[in-house]
Amino acid sequence: MNKYYLGIDLGSTTSKAVIINESDEIVGRGITNTRANYKVAADIAREEAIYDARFTLLEQKIGKDNAIKTEFKFYMKDLRNVFQYGQFRRRMESLERLLNETVSSFTYASKDKFKTELERIIEKIRPQIRHEFISENLGSKNQFFRDIVSERYNLEVEKLGGEYYEPLMLAFDKSITPVENEMVVYNFKELVHESMNILDEKYRGLVDQQEDGSKEDWYYAELNVVKNNYKTVESTLRQHIDEIADQDINIARMVGTGYGRALLPFPEDCIKSEILCHAFGAHAVFPNTRTVLDIGGQDTKAIQVDKHGLVTSFHMNDRCAAGCGRYLGYIADEFGLSLNELGPEANKATKETTICSTCTVFAGAEVKELLHNGEERPNILAGLHKAIVQRAMSLIARSGGVRNEFTFTGGVARNEAVLKYVKKMVTDAYGEVTMNIHTDSIFMGALGGAMFARRNIEVDLPTTSTTKEKVEE
Amino acid sequence: MSQEAIKERSMILQKEMVEGLFNDLANAKELGKKVCYTFVPGNLSELIRTFDLLPVYPEINALQSAMRKKSAGYIKEAEKNAHSEDVCTYVKCDVGMLMKGNIGPTGQKIPEPDILLLSYTGCFTFMKWFETLKREYPNAKVIMIHTPYQENAKMTPQMIEYMVKQFKEEVIPQMEAVSGIKYDENKLKKILEYSKEAEDWITKIFDTTKHRPSPIDAYFAGVYYIGPINIGFRGTPEAVEYYKELYNEIQERIKLGLGPITPEGEMKEEKYRLVVEGPPNWTNFREFWKIFYDMGAVIVASSYTKVGGVYDLGWRHDPSRPLETLSEYCMNCYTNLNIPQRISLLTKCIEDYQADGYITNSIKSCNSFSAGQLAMMREIEDKLEVPVGFIESDLVDPRYFSYSNIKNRLESYFQMLAQRKTMEKTEA
Repeated sequence: MNKYYLGIDLGSTTSKAVIINESDEIVGRGITNTRANYKVAADIAREEAIYDARFTLLEQKIGKDNAIKTEFKFYMKDLRNVFQYGQFRRRMESLERLLNETVSSFTYASKDKFKTELERIIEKIRPQIRHEFISENLGSKNQFFRDIVSERYNLEVEKLGGEYYEPLMLAFDKSITPVENEMVVYNFKELVHESMNILDEKYRGLVDQQEDGSKEDWYYAELNVVKNNYKTVESTLRQHIDEIADQDINIARMVGTGYGRALLPFPEDCIKSEILCHAFGAHAVFPNTRTVLDIGGQDTKAIQVDKHGLVTSFHMNDRCAAGCGRYLGYIADEFGLSLNELGPEANKATKETTICSTCTVFAGAEVKELLHNGEERPNILAGLHKAIVQRAMSLIARSGGVRNEFTFTGGVARNEAVLKYVKKMVTDAYGEVTMNIHTDSIFMGALGGAMFARRNIEVDLPTTSTTKEKVEE
Repeated sequence: MSQEAIKERSMILQKEMVEGLFNDLANAKELGKKVCYTFVPGNLSELIRTFDLLPVYPEINALQSAMRKKSAGYIKEAEKNAHSEDVCTYVKCDVGMLMKGNIGPTGQKIPEPDILLLSYTGCFTFMKWFETLKREYPNAKVIMIHTPYQENAKMTPQMIEYMVKQFKEEVIPQMEAVSGIKYDENKLKKILEYSKEAEDWITKIFDTTKHRPSPIDAYFAGVYYIGPINIGFRGTPEAVEYYKELYNEIQERIKLGLGPITPEGEMKEEKYRLVVEGPPNWTNFREFWKIFYDMGAVIVASSYTKVGGVYDLGWRHDPSRPLETLSEYCMNCYTNLNIPQRISLLTKCIEDYQADGYITNSIKSCNSFSAGQLAMMREIEDKLEVPVGFIESDLVDPRYFSYSNIKNRLESYFQMLAQRKTMEKTEA
């Protein structure tokens, strides 16, 4: 039986899980923004990683020759999206129920009015979201349940405005967290079959559809290939799904890391510092890495590693987390943007407005003042992003500067404006150095943990029940 | 943490000495003794003793207030009286204590100073501290001796001459005036004999960390060991007796192959040997220490135990040249060494005591110590390829000790050392 190794990184903003095989290859990734309860967060991230691993195994099963074919690649991408929609829909059902309960519990005289509007909003956004998942690849945009729903829900509530605004926003705030923190175990087999049925419907509908020119040419070219071959793909996949779904993903060992690591129900020797894990993960992906910058939710770490990926020294922000991921979250709220929109908006800037405040809360007030004075939003955001990177540069300098290859990890590495400034400032300060940024940058800590698990920790697993799905039911 | 700490016999001896001093201080008037406030770096214990003065060390009072969890209140009191947030917390703690009635660590009142003796000028804050005290105690005599910094890594004959001149023209005449006692050089020479002897013992004591396991912790326990030599007992037969006793205790531990004593008993397994730069945090001293001993980390040398005097390289008080030797002593304290001197001293410690790592505890409110710490750490890391760690806390302000931050960093650091050890074993 194949052995797998699990790394779980419990961060302050998100929890990540990575599953690797015996060759250190990533087979599954999972991420959640649940943070009220670390145990649930770890379980959700792990479940996600296991689903992802099953998809990887499925791809391996259909063989390399098949996997590189356009129709397979396209179909698998769609399948993952729709599968995510399936998970999403269950959570959405919980949210709808809870929203209704919350509004019913209000003591407002006119609460029936709110209820009617709530139902109307739900009826409106539910098909919107379904459509975006199935036809617009929403699933590949790295957004969490909360972001996706709140974006659309808020828009509708804002449109209503007036007396509706406050109660309906309150209802959302009260309902979203319990739903996020709910541990839902899905039946992989059922959900995949269900997703394939949805896709069947989608592709059937597309057969006769004309190109409307709203997308790039390559999209239609790929779509045409899929349209003509999806039945073959579907039947090939269906041959293997049951086997993959029933397969036991045998997690031989695991390591927990991140801020919440002490709260994990793991034995002490299965808990590793996130500094070591981030460095080890980054070094595994980019073996020439000597300096790692990790910007996470509440801390920024500048880490120096040797040729083995071992940490030789590190420096972290102390006492203040302005300039970390949560700072960006706060700023996004101030601007009424989602986290994903921050970077692109900042990159529209024509100049960088100087932000003087070194404190998150003061920066918020300063932003309001600047907006009031007519400063352009992108310029302010550019200034904020630059300030974040300047802080990180100071930590890098304190830790000994950039040596050889430089790798940038952590959730904030997903922000394109931060990336732009990191590249510029590192080059300005240390000359031309190889800079590595990986799409999996947010998973580096969990990857490092999984690699530690594979290498030197031999222990019994605390619980194995949640890693195996109850497919027999 | 509330359990009673385990104590060695020498600790009891020390306690008696300290209690004796505070008793004398409480009854100074009755005893007809004059009181001299002064600081630890470059402290002129022998000269103070020559004039039968009783010493008070505001820094020590501050750190003891912190260990007794009183510093937060004292600092608040000082801040209420317009001392800024950025002022050295030793100063604020001391000023706060003064405002609250100047009750010392033994619960007895500390008398007002007759002399404010500033014998180390490397810390600018010291000067400002005494300026503040001078306003509170207008009758006290301020005696200041300017100590040249070892900018070129040596004490030249001119520097010594410059200091001796200050002793002869400023310090001694003023001490004579306040104490009413004539300067007696033979008395000073006798005192210096005892100083030299105590210094020999303390050097031997800190050298025992060469053993594996190290029988002592040269930082957390080290701060107790340096007590008598730094707070007025240097130059007394009691101090010599204390250090002899301590040395014997340590020899016994070595014979039995025992590790250092911690507040929770003997350290069972020595996993890591470290050298630490910077003062400890006093508000959470035991918690801070516990992070180390729980991980099996023992400190084999620290720069902090050298603030009162650097004896590692063979320097001792020389009774044959009393004023010259006092000058050298003032100039030779750790914080008066230039940065390359400190680096070479710490390098020697890492090598001599076979340390696995080097940690800097940076202090928010101490510029004297913090200046140059990062550069020193970088150079040591490059030169010795030893894993380095950096943590930040404060002397006596509990608001700047973040347990979870420090624990997080130290845990990472110890895991880094463990990983390196595993790798070295594999390579071997």
